[in-house]
Amino acid sequence: MRRLTRTSITTLAAMVLLTDVSGATDFDYAKLEKGRALVDAGDCVACHTQDKAKPFAGGRAIPTPFGTIYSANITPDRDTGIGAWTADDFYRAMHEGVGPHGERLYPAFPYPYFTRMSRDDVEAVHAYLMSLDPVSNTPPPNELIWPLNIRTFMAGWNMLFFNKGTYQPDPNKSAEWNRGAYLVEGPGHCGACHTPKNIFGADKASKALQGGVIQDWTAPNLTAQTSEGLGGWSEADIAEYLKTGRNRLSGATGLMAEVVVNSTSKMSDADLKAIAVYLKDVGPSSAPSVSAPAQNFMQAGEAVYRDSCAACHQGNGTGVPHMFPPLQGNAMVQQADPTTVLRIILEGAKTAATAQRPTTSAMPAYGWKLDDQQIAAVATYVRNSWGNKAGPVASDMVSRMRGAINARKAAPQTVGTGARVDAQQSH
Amino acid sequence: MVKKLPPVDVVLVGFGWTGAILGQELTDAGLNVVAIERGGWRDTPTDFAVTFAQDELRYYYRQALFQEPVRETLTFRNSPDQTALPMRRLGSFLPGTGVGGAGIHWNGQTWRFLPSDFAALRHNTERYGAQAIPETMTIQDWPVGYDELEPYYDRFEYLCGISGKAGNLNGQIVEGGNPFEGARRRDYPNPPMQMVYGPTLFGAAAKELGYHPFPAPSANMSRAYTNPLGVTLAPCTYCGFCEKYGCGNYSKSSPQTTVIPVLLRKDNFELRTNSEVLRVNRDSSGKRATGVTYVDIQGQEYEQPAEIVILCAYILHNVHLLLVSGIGTPYDARSGEGTVGRNYAYQIVSGVNAFFDDKLFNPYIGAGALGIVIDDFNGDNFDHAGKGFIGGGYLACWNTNGRPIENSPTPENTPKWGAKWKSAVAKNYLRTASVSTHGAVMSHRNNYLDLDPTYRNAYGQPLLRMTFDYTDNEMKMSEFLTERAADLARAMKPREIRINARKGHYSIVPYQTTHNTGGTVMGDNPRDSVINRYLQSWDVPNLFVMGAGAFPQNPGYNPTGTVGALTYWTAEAIRSQYLKNPGPLVQA
Repeated sequence: MRRLTRTSITTLAAMVLLTDVSGATDFDYAKLEKGRALVDAGDCVACHTQDKAKPFAGGRAIPTPFGTIYSANITPDRDTGIGAWTADDFYRAMHEGVGPHGERLYPAFPYPYFTRMSRDDVEAVHAYLMSLDPVSNTPPPNELIWPLNIRTFMAGWNMLFFNKGTYQPDPNKSAEWNRGAYLVEGPGHCGACHTPKNIFGADKASKALQGGVIQDWTAPNLTAQTSEGLGGWSEADIAEYLKTGRNRLSGATGLMAEVVVNSTSKMSDADLKAIAVYLKDVGPSSAPSVSAPAQNFMQAGEAVYRDSCAACHQGNGTGVPHMFPPLQGNAMVQQADPTTVLRIILEGAKTAATAQRPTTSAMPAYGWKLDDQQIAAVATYVRNSWGNKAGPVASDMVSRMRGAINARKAAPQTVGTGARVDAQQSH
Repeated sequence: MVKKLPPVDVVLVGFGWTGAILGQELTDAGLNVVAIERGGWRDTPTDFAVTFAQDELRYYYRQALFQEPVRETLTFRNSPDQTALPMRRLGSFLPGTGVGGAGIHWNGQTWRFLPSDFAALRHNTERYGAQAIPETMTIQDWPVGYDELEPYYDRFEYLCGISGKAGNLNGQIVEGGNPFEGARRRDYPNPPMQMVYGPTLFGAAAKELGYHPFPAPSANMSRAYTNPLGVTLAPCTYCGFCEKYGCGNYSKSSPQTTVIPVLLRKDNFELRTNSEVLRVNRDSSGKRATGVTYVDIQGQEYEQPAEIVILCAYILHNVHLLLVSGIGTPYDARSGEGTVGRNYAYQIVSGVNAFFDDKLFNPYIGAGALGIVIDDFNGDNFDHAGKGFIGGGYLACWNTNGRPIENSPTPENTPKWGAKWKSAVAKNYLRTASVSTHGAVMSHRNNYLDLDPTYRNAYGQPLLRMTFDYTDNEMKMSEFLTERAADLARAMKPREIRINARKGHYSIVPYQTTHNTGGTVMGDNPRDSVINRYLQSWDVPNLFVMGAGAFPQNPGYNPTGTVGALTYWTAEAIRSQYLKNPGPLVQA
């Protein structure tokens, strides 16, 4: 810990504050280690890092349907980070979504999840963050549309959608289940991506973990539903996926690849098992009703499949274990929303590389090789072959996705369209 | 202005097979390692995606993956009385450049040398008498034997996931494998590839003639494989784009598909690409390397100090670096003195096409090491008495590819262009099998590498000059092997055959094989070798020189298996001996 060698007044002040609140000092290795593990579980580094050389210094653009939000600097820098925050300030931000000056934070910072965390855990997170090197970095101002650019507007949002309160264990479930539930609903904030949102960007509580779409990726259904969800995954499959980024059924790509590399691969085996136990117990969403695709469309798709896909995914869709995911029975392939399927066909994808699975396996882009009609046909084919069942894909869906990809490539910073306001805080 | 960089423990010059393996082994030993690679970064999904990897024009004819002659080339002549001219376009051999080196674009034929290959001089003298070795033939025994290298062959084969069938397991001959091979401790990590029709016919014909056919040991995966480092390869799709191409399916062993994903995760390893090492620096005693000087793509020169310098580039570049750095004594063909550049050797190949009317071979279902081989005429597996040559080679029927520009065999007396050529190609494209020979080249007094007196590279340094021709030994041997190949082709009962024998002087223009060897040969003493049995320089003990340059002469097999084994052998010597007591591992 570099903190041991630091003697600045500000540091001493921060130490005094910590000591006041928790009765422990920040030399408490166990507490720092607990905080580190929670920071990993929460994947804080993903959103709060723009420049990899300056982790946690904030400034990463978070595109939302309401404009772009830039993540905060959560290093202990006094002027541009959270160095001047007290432990109480930090807990209020995590628990209530309110900053040290009473300003409302935006739920791109997932306080609706972090509110479930225990005070002890939040203090461990704070202690860990305060042990980092302070980095001076002021994130750019948010670019949000009116009226969301007025922070007080969030008070109304909170009244409607925010359910404050620490996680309450279910006495009828095992300790392991409760640990899993705590991680998923609290620090892990899985639902931030995997729960569908209403038009205000809030979770549709009745559809928790039934799958969402974020930044043109499908965050798949995590319920026990069979075709789209984790019904076909064992607890061991879930834990292996989170630990290594790969299992016999799937490989993490896109945003989930980041989550695996930054977060879940660093979590303890016990916590991953707990998450698996909890997820396997999330009641299945109702089976989607699906209309059968036209036969000639399927034939066209099969021709493309044999020519372009079968070499890796195999003629019968069974894939190559831990390298090329099977398409047969693949939940991502059968999501009601085909966003990820189309995106991966159009621009390719790479799987996460982890210590256990160091090989990055990849699918090349076919956007330059196949037209919208061909991609729609092959997507429909893989969604409806070998026992798979999912809605047909129309070529205008491919065309929209192609447009979104091209727009992102052309101007990565212009996803948000709102007015530039609020120079001080980014959440 | 040369920038001096902070020192490291080890600098690796070049980042192909040998650099990647040493990087992995020496970082495992806790050393800080920097690899400096003259070419660019390359990985499977970015650079060899299956959507564009199978492109003959781009990769073979426009040489996308090979050494760029505009930056670095060599001059060539057949004999010392000629004036060498520069190669402005690669031909006979295709050294790589960029991360992975030639390990990217090889076929994947992964062999062990015969035990007798390691004792070429002693073994042949004992069996055939001293007169069997012509005075100008400069072969010598290896300073390391098959049994010593066996564990390291094993490590390389398991790293790569070689598909094959053992023929000699701990001394027990196994039916269906190569009965002539040295004893191996265990079978290949993967079963042989699925065999296609042409090689199957060849195998049957070989058996009929009393030979011992077996499936070629292949670095094209017969099934998915995760190697001991945890890196995973996928099953080969038999697309037929191996040699001269990168594999888009993670199915061919290369540094990228076996080592690099693990190595690049390490904090004590760093790779610098697009950086060409210009020389090895030494202290004032001349006996200690202090590091290397390299130039990046902007032309900025750097000095990288290091405790250990290891040359891991292709043999031509390793020899060149020693010569331009003034390390060791350059070989002088007139006096036979000196060692650097001595005993350059190559290989000699020929083939026989067999054209059928009643059989379809689907040549486009191929892989670089997909084939059936006989080893009955390799090394000293047969009696050479009265034949006038030593050494040999293997005969094989490969189904490597049906790439239409490169592979359009036609019968004898077909015109080389026009309507008759087209109709002959159309008629025979699916109906041709070929038997090829792959023969040894012994080292010879007038075959060597030195610096060219006239031509210079992009950095103003003299080019390497190659002086090489086949000798009577090779020509007689190749003629013998080609006759055997013709016998085998006839035994497959085709309509007609076409014999493509090796005739005349060696030509560096048509592609033959990228199996250049020698120039930094290993030996028992500094009089006839550049490096000792641990590939350590006799002159500069903290300098090691890897690769096929170590081969005292070139046996009748593809070199990569032995290059890999020698690399693990050296890594082990550095880890277990050199690091404890830096200095010469063998006293001169």
